[in-house]
Amino acid sequence: MLAAKFSDLITPQLGHQLHQRKLLNLGFMVMGLVAIMVALFTLAALIIHMAMSGWPRLSTWEFFTAFASRRPERAGILAAWVGSLLVISVTAIVAVPIGVAAGIYLEEYARKNWLSELIEINVTNLAGVPSIIYGLLALGVFVYEFKFGRSVLTAGCTLALLILPIVIVTTRESLRSIPQMIREAAYAVGATQWQVIWHHVLPYSIGGILTGTIIGLSRAIGETSSLITIGALTFIAFLPESPFQGKPPFVSWEWLNSPFTVMPIQMFNWVSRPNPEFQVNAAAAGTVLMTMTLLMNGFAIYLRYRLRQGIKW
Amino acid sequence: MISTKLRRRSAILAGAVAALAFVTNWGTQAAQSQNNTIAIDGSSTVFPITEAVAEEFQASKRGAVRVTVGISGTGGGFKKFCNGELDISNASRPIKESEQQACAAKGIEYVELPIAYDALTVVVNPRNTWAASMTTAELKAMWEGAAEGKITKWSQIRPGWPDVKFTLFGPGADSGTFDYFNEVILGKDNKSRTDYTPSEDDNVLVQGVSRDQNALGYFGFAYYDLNKSRVKAVAIDSGKGAVMPAVATVNDGTYKPLSRPIYIYVKKSALDRAEVREFSEFYLKNATRLVREVDYVPLPDADYRAATQRLSQREVGRKPLRAGL
Repeated sequence: MLAAKFSDLITPQLGHQLHQRKLLNLGFMVMGLVAIMVALFTLAALIIHMAMSGWPRLSTWEFFTAFASRRPERAGILAAWVGSLLVISVTAIVAVPIGVAAGIYLEEYARKNWLSELIEINVTNLAGVPSIIYGLLALGVFVYEFKFGRSVLTAGCTLALLILPIVIVTTRESLRSIPQMIREAAYAVGATQWQVIWHHVLPYSIGGILTGTIIGLSRAIGETSSLITIGALTFIAFLPESPFQGKPPFVSWEWLNSPFTVMPIQMFNWVSRPNPEFQVNAAAAGTVLMTMTLLMNGFAIYLRYRLRQGIKW
Repeated sequence: MISTKLRRRSAILAGAVAALAFVTNWGTQAAQSQNNTIAIDGSSTVFPITEAVAEEFQASKRGAVRVTVGISGTGGGFKKFCNGELDISNASRPIKESEQQACAAKGIEYVELPIAYDALTVVVNPRNTWAASMTTAELKAMWEGAAEGKITKWSQIRPGWPDVKFTLFGPGADSGTFDYFNEVILGKDNKSRTDYTPSEDDNVLVQGVSRDQNALGYFGFAYYDLNKSRVKAVAIDSGKGAVMPAVATVNDGTYKPLSRPIYIYVKKSALDRAEVREFSEFYLKNATRLVREVDYVPLPDADYRAATQRLSQREVGRKPLRAGL
């Protein structure tokens, strides 16, 4: 009965309008779909093309175990991927504690006044500073002032500076997403601020913090220009010293002082060579770098998923 | 919950231990790191040769010595070199007066070693009867960016030459040859025209020029030397008469401006270190073979012998090893 009445309400004019609205809705959906398809297809085409041109080198194990060489068929990425790994480790060790601590301070401890607001604006601004500026800063501060040399340590610290804003901002966002009542409940039973943070807020937000950190690190691993500034565009055919030694004290920090090269720089070096066979090497190195980044991002997604599951409020 | 807490605590402990070890170790280790590393930087032109030598040298030492070769350009290299950051500087020209002063101010003495020639050849088809020689101005008129689409016929280059279109072949913009040609023929702030057939493969250039009567191209002298039967070299006149490219004219410095000697500068105090001395000797000893392999023109054997002598006597300063170097 009621339905009949409603259908009576739909005059031909309204029907026409409804039809138009639905068409508009459909139109926008199609537009959105096309937009995402363009992005995805471009990405897929680029990756597939790169992987295919690099395949002749990727399929040989020597590519991963050989040093750079003037002969394209003998050249490999050993120094580059080891260098990338070491530099990223330093970056993580430096950036994570500082970034997370800064984030916690800003979000939980700092009073909201003009100073903290100024700091906040600056942190957000830093995230937008071109990476070459960080390179110049690093050249002046780490290379010349602190005398770290053009080393793994310098590179790691530079990239740490670069991703620090990302880590701080994501830390703050994750902390902010914890409901205020959790904190209040903890205070209510007499917890200090530190206890609240350490036992409740941090464990709950660790997923978000880790995700942000890993995404920051995966940006750092593809970073080139700031490292070129500190002089990493170099032919290197040796590995840094091993961090683990056969004799006491079993660990060595010598590798921190070692000259280095990283994946994107090795790739850049090959791309700029006239010999077309080096382009194959560059494509192969690019594919490896892409895989590294994808793996890191994938790991971040997995971590977020796992840690979210563990939260019980 | 307890296990995660425990894990977290042990992670913190490990971190603290690592940090402590880091701080205590740092000071003692820093000084030793540079010991067996030979730091080289400078010209991108010299880079392929030094890279080849570094590769061979490290292989012969089985990794006991580490060599790093950077690309900062000749000027950038000298800046670092005179700041005491390098053991060896790669240079595609002799050290400038201002750079000598900068080095002197820091008390850095150096041994200058010429190591090869960077030489280009302009070639035409063997059936080309008119362009036996060209002036650098004519080459500029032919190749500069302003000529693009406008200068297309031989007759526009020199009156009397045939009124037919020429086709141009040259290396692509990535190559050092391209940079060098533009620098000496077109001048610093001038761009090359782009309506020519570029290829990074010299074979393609040789083939292109050898098939087209109206073609002109340029590439490294070493490559021309191997293909004399298929293409004809053009004598270059830079104001002192036309000079044909040949090993002799390259060596005596008359084939200008398309040939230039290139150098390495070794820091004298670094020569006290066995690995730097051995590397420099290795460089001169294997130069002829390696220079050829990377498509440059080696110096005559006598020059390498003289340079080795200079190295062993540690003769410092900017001094031409002989006229033309």
